[in-house]
Order: sequence, then structure tokens, then C-alpha cells
Amino acid sequence: MLHTFVAYVEDLPGVLTRVASLFRRLNININSLTVGRSERAGLSRLTLVCEASAEAGHRIRASLFKLENVVDVDDIAQAPSVTRELALIKVAASPRTRSQVFELVEVFRARIVDLAPESLMIEMTGVESKIEGLIQVLNEGEERVLEICRSGKMTMRRGHHTSSVLKAMGAGSSESPEPAEPDSEPVETLEDAAANEPE
Amino acid sequence: MGTNGQTQASNAHLTTPTRLTGAEILWATLVGEGVTTVFGYPGGAILPAYDALRKFPIHHVLVRHEQGAAHMADGYARASGKVGVAIATSGPGATNLVTGIATAMLDSIPMVCVTGNVSSKVLGTDAFQEVDITGITLPVTKHNFLVNRTEDLAPALRHAFQIAVSGRPGPVLVDITKDAQQGTAIFDFAAAKPRPYRPHPMLCVEESGLAHAAELIRNAKRPVILAGHGIMESGAMEQVRTLAERAQIPVGLTLLGLGGFPASHPLNLGMMGMHGEAWLNHAIQEADLLIACGMRFDDRVTGSTSTYALKAKKIHIEVDPAEINKNIKVDVALVGDLREVLEKLLPLIPGRDGSAWLKTIDSSKGAVAVRDIKNLPDDGHLYAAHVIHDLWRITGGNAIVVTDVGQHQMWEAQYYHHEKPRTLITSGGLGTMGFALPAAIGAKFACPDREIWVVAGDGGFQMTAAELSTIVQEGIKINIAIINNGYLGMVRQWQEFFYEGNYQSTPLLSPDFVKLADAHGIAGRAVRARAEVAGAVAAARSAPGTFLLNFLVEKEESVYPMIPAGSALHEMIRRPGNDPLLELPDDK
Ligand SMILES: Cc1ncc(C[n+]2csc(CCOP(=O)(O)OP(=O)(O)O)c2C)c(N)n1
Ligand SMILES: [Mg+2]
Repeated sequence: MLHTFVAYVEDLPGVLTRVASLFRRLNININSLTVGRSERAGLSRLTLVCEASAEAGHRIRASLFKLENVVDVDDIAQAPSVTRELALIKVAASPRTRSQVFELVEVFRARIVDLAPESLMIEMTGVESKIEGLIQVLNEGEERVLEICRSGKMTMRRGHHTSSVLKAMGAGSSESPEPAEPDSEPVETLEDAAANEPE
Repeated sequence: MGTNGQTQASNAHLTTPTRLTGAEILWATLVGEGVTTVFGYPGGAILPAYDALRKFPIHHVLVRHEQGAAHMADGYARASGKVGVAIATSGPGATNLVTGIATAMLDSIPMVCVTGNVSSKVLGTDAFQEVDITGITLPVTKHNFLVNRTEDLAPALRHAFQIAVSGRPGPVLVDITKDAQQGTAIFDFAAAKPRPYRPHPMLCVEESGLAHAAELIRNAKRPVILAGHGIMESGAMEQVRTLAERAQIPVGLTLLGLGGFPASHPLNLGMMGMHGEAWLNHAIQEADLLIACGMRFDDRVTGSTSTYALKAKKIHIEVDPAEINKNIKVDVALVGDLREVLEKLLPLIPGRDGSAWLKTIDSSKGAVAVRDIKNLPDDGHLYAAHVIHDLWRITGGNAIVVTDVGQHQMWEAQYYHHEKPRTLITSGGLGTMGFALPAAIGAKFACPDREIWVVAGDGGFQMTAAELSTIVQEGIKINIAIINNGYLGMVRQWQEFFYEGNYQSTPLLSPDFVKLADAHGIAGRAVRARAEVAGAVAAARSAPGTFLLNFLVEKEESVYPMIPAGSALHEMIRRPGNDPLLELPDDK
């Protein structure tokens, strides 16, 4: 099954190697990994998605905690959460053919962030399936997709505890009292709309 | 033991913040952490540290190969329970430590390794003798540090000591650039104290779990305690014994658990697993409850996991949450320090009558097995089992035995009956040949008043035999028993059983070990017959210095019983009927 771990790690050289090395040693392929600053000074937050057996979650989380630079680990599992991915897509499009791409971008609630004589760049944030949907439609269209850059998934639990993950995690984590709400369908919620608001 | 000529106490550094060089900070911090002995080998990148050593009350043992330094630090830690310290230069010095570090990692041994590295300005340039040792050792250390600023040195070292001993212990490496050793900083030992140790957040010993465990124990008809290295690490000898005695539950031990529960105790069933006692392996397969204490269901103890103890509920008491349900699914996990958990569990355990199950196990013993070597007629052959048995008898089971890896290691485990913790020092998880001699040197420094025996094979002994000269330079006394069968015996045994006796690359030519010892100024003797064993052992014990015995044993003897790798625990290869070490009734 697909596992999603959110971890707070010390923002120091080599920490990512330690995390990655753990997965290498467990012979688990990392599907996606995003890292950035968090609300806690000196700590980076990462979201790591990997494919592993259902039972592996416990051991992965326990092993992550054994890394000296790892401060918190949350196994998101089926807990209600919001997952997003950012994609930048460069498409070959001349002034003549641009309008078709514009339409698509509109439908998918993506944005054009760069316009050049022979190409344009689309920025899109959303769940994986939505991004894949756009890429598929672009590929089926006349315009050639030149480059795709995807951030990998970022995940945050829903509800109040999201900003003080510590507590939720202290409680142990993967099971949540709230009913699971899979994030797989690209159903637009309030947050979804907000996420797509232009800056 | 040698002394450091110009030693002078410099403990003032520990109380008053003082400006020191990084090299001095290294030693001052080690002194502050209670280190008195380090095992090492110098070189360019660690030279500033060596230059400062004379100012500090630390004894440095000059090894002959850095692998030896790591094993010595490891042996020191295993014998004493304290952190062992090894030190090496950059590049090849550092890489030579790796086998020793991995050995300590697999057996959860607290150790701090210090390496020099090139100056920070040239880090990453492939400078002379530069190697990425923090990268190389990342998967075989609990943690490691690259220190390239003098002011970071004391905090990193103190943190390293904390990590090495806390939770599930293990090795930590601190790599120090040459300029960090040469620079100066204010040394403030107290201020360099690490943040309080954070226990693993997934430790979990719930009331409900304790109650469930107690209920399982109360209701069990055929329970077995499986005790491992955790007994020693946690100091839970008394608690395990109380549990066993109160509830009348027999105890099986892992290789690293030997000594954690007295061999002579009526509830002791001996060693489990691949070369374990048949009655114990059968008891595990028949059990309705296993109480695993500080052990990790290693493949060498479970055999095939899909057929392992299928009738048993399992309670797992273990300090490392990552071990829970890793190899064997358990019914109750009590994740915490073994002694603490047992202290909480014991009040819930009433007395219990276990006689029926104990009788069943006992009768299975009578049927299959107790080997009585002592009463076997001397048929002119010398068997390794004889040697170990006699060694046990003559030393009264009181020696610290340090083994290498192979058949002799298993015979030691079977025939030397360990009564006390930390009296068997052996590489279990990694199975590192060449471990015995250097680890014994480390053990001797930890316990200078104890009788130490090396039990090594002719193969493994040659891997680190150069440390004989370390022994001489240090003027220490160790007794060495080489079980010389002319083969890489354990591999030969596998070839005999599983590769149609194709003894490819296992016959082994060795030097005359007695002459080799002699070349070092070490006395020794060859032993060819059973009748000579006792006299030889006595001679070794009474010799003032290190003494080497070269036991020329039967060449193609095998270790029985044996569970072929991947087979079920009860599918043992038994001793062939015409074997001279035939299993006879016990003579106890
Ligand atoms: C460093 C290392 N290399 C290889 C092995 C594989 N191995 C395990 S036991 C063994 C044979 C050991 O021979 P010897 O030291 O003579 O001991 P014996 O089995 O004959 O008692 C070998 C080669 C190992 N454990 N360690
Ligand atoms: Mg041999």
C-alpha cells in the first residue's frame, strides 16, 4: 500500500541522506519526497510517500524515530488530510495555437506563469490525479509538452492539530478517531478552491 | 599494564572553562566522560590529537590494525558495560575500523570511534587520505558526526557518548578535521552537555498490555522464556530469574544471552536456534506461550519464520520499537527497558505450578540427548568439544571467554556453561572472524583481574594475529586456545551437508602457531591428545604471561544439532549414530 510519512527533521547537512539511506536499507522505493522549512525554527518538514506492505508502516516510523536528527514522525495512513502537488509544465505553443491551451488551463484551474513566443509555462497545484489529468489532456492535444517538473506530494492532516503536529503524533498517530476521507477524487472543497487562488 | 609516562591530571579543565586546542578538548572530554583507556593507531590527520595525549590521564593501546582497535573497544564495552573508545587516522585508518563498527552495531555495543580527517578547507577535494567516513559508516552507526569547528567538538563528543549508551546501545563515530584539532576554543565541559536524552517516542508499556501479558502467563500450560542480549544491556538478570522461578517457566537463551541466566539453574534449557539444544527447539515449537525478553527473533534463532512456534502466543519485551513484529508477529508488545518492564510485570505474576511441562521437556532431553563428554572413553582423538568441556571444568566456569566465529564458537556456546553475565564475548549478529583476539585484549583492559580465554579457529585467528604483538607491548596476560582443525570448519561443514562435500577453498594451511607465539616472545604449546588437555590448560593458567595453546583437533567434525538455514526449528540435522560424541545420559 501507499504510505505517507510527515517528519520534522533538523535542518542540518546530511540529514536527508540519513532519511533516504534508511529507505534504501529497507529496500523501499521512495515515490516522492518534498522538503522545506516548517513553522518550527531549525526544523525542516518533509513529506515522504512510498510503497510498502501494510505492516511496514510501524517499522518505518519506528526506524525514522531512531535517526538522531528526526524530531517527529507522523504516519498519515488513512487519516483525513490534504495532499497537494505542484507542477510546472512547459508546452510548445505559438501565438496562433495558444488559445486551446488557455482553455484547458481554465478548465483545470491552473495558471499560465510564463509566456514566450514558442512556448508557455503552466503552473498547477492540486491532487495527483488532477495534475495527471491535465498532463494527459495536454499530451493528447496538438501541442507538444516540452518539460514537466513536479514537486512530489505535500501532506497535512485536517483539523486543528495540523499546526501542532507534535500532539497528534504523541498520541501515536496512524489511527484517527475521525472517519477517513480519502483524498483521491479531485473533488473541489473550500480548501481546494483557495489553494488555486492566484497569489 | 603500560602507563603513560608524562600523564598529569588535568581535571581542572573539567570545572573551569579554559581555552584549549581541539586536540586537548578531545582528550579532556574523554576524561570527563570517564574514559581511561583508548585503542588506536596514529596517522597524519589525527596527529594533533596524539601530540596532546601526553597531558591527559588516558592510556593509549597501540594496536596493529585499526580493525583491532574497534574490536578492542567493543570487547572492552562488552566486558565492562562501559563505552569503548577507538581512535584512528583519516582514510585507510578510518576504513579499517568499519568491520569493527558494524560488528558493534549488529550486537548493540556502546562504542565511540574517533577519526581524524583532512582540514575543512580541503574536505571534498579527494585530498591525501581523505575518505567520506561519515558517509561510509552511516548505515553501521547509531549516529555519526563530522566536526570541522573546534567549538563544536566537545558537544559532539558528549552527544556521541549519550547516543552510544542510551536506548538500544550502539556505536557512534566522531570524525574531526585536522584544523578543528589544531584550532582553539573555550572548553566548558558542563556547557557541552547534550540535551536530555529523548526516549524513543514509541516506547509503550500500557497497563492493559501488562495485564494481558500476566493473564497469558497465568493461563499458559507450556510457556518458555526466550532471553537475549537485552538481559545484559538492561541489567535484568534478577528480574528474569524471578519471573522464571516464580512462575516455574523454563528459560532458553540466545547466543548473546548466554550468561544472562545461570547455566546450572534447573530451569535453564541452554541455547536456542541453529545450533541450539534439541529439547529447547522442540519446546519452542510445542510451546503455547513465548515470553521474549530482550531478543529480536534473529533468523539464526527462528529458522523458517513461517513455521516458527505456531502454537504459541507471544509476548515481546523489547527496548527497540522497530523490532516489534519485524520477524515474528507478537500478541503483546511491551516496548521498554527490560528490567523496568519486568519490575512492572512481576507484581502481576503469582506462583504457578509448571511441573507437568517441565517434566515433558525433561523427558525429551533424556530421549534425545545430553552429551556427556567427560565419561567418554579416550579413543585417541582430540575433539574440540573435549577441549571446551575441559576448559570449562578447569576454569570452574569463571573465565571470560572471548570467541571467534565458526564451529569452535558454537562448541564454546554448547560446552562452556556460563553462569554470569558478560562472561561470553562473541560476535553474534555480524559473525566477524578475527574478533576474538582483539576483543579479548579489550576485555582484559576492562577487567584486568579476570582470567581471559580466547577461543579461536585456525582461520579467524590468522585474520588479526598481528595483535599478539600488542599483547606483548602492553604486557598483559591472556590465554589463547586455538581450535585448529585445518579447515575453515564451519564453511566446510556447510559444504559437507549442502554442497556434496565439495571442500572448495576451505582446507587451510596455517603457520606453526606455537612458533608464531614464540616469535612474539609468547609461550605456547601444541596439544594433540585428550590426555594432554588438562595439563596444557593448567600450564597456560599458571604462566605469568600470555600463553598460547594450539589444539590440533579432529579435522572433519561437525557441530550438531543443526537446523539448515531456512528450515523449521524442529527439522534438525542430528548427530550421526556412529559419532564418538554420542549423546549419552546426563551425569549431573
Ligand atoms: C570476516 C569473515 N569472513 C568470512 C566469514 C565466513 N565464515 C564463517 S565461519 C568461517 C570459518 C571459520 O574457520 P575457523 O576460524 O578455522 O573456525 P572453525 O569453524 O574451523 O572453528 C567462515 C569463513 C566470516 N564469518 N567472517
Ligand atoms: Mg578451523
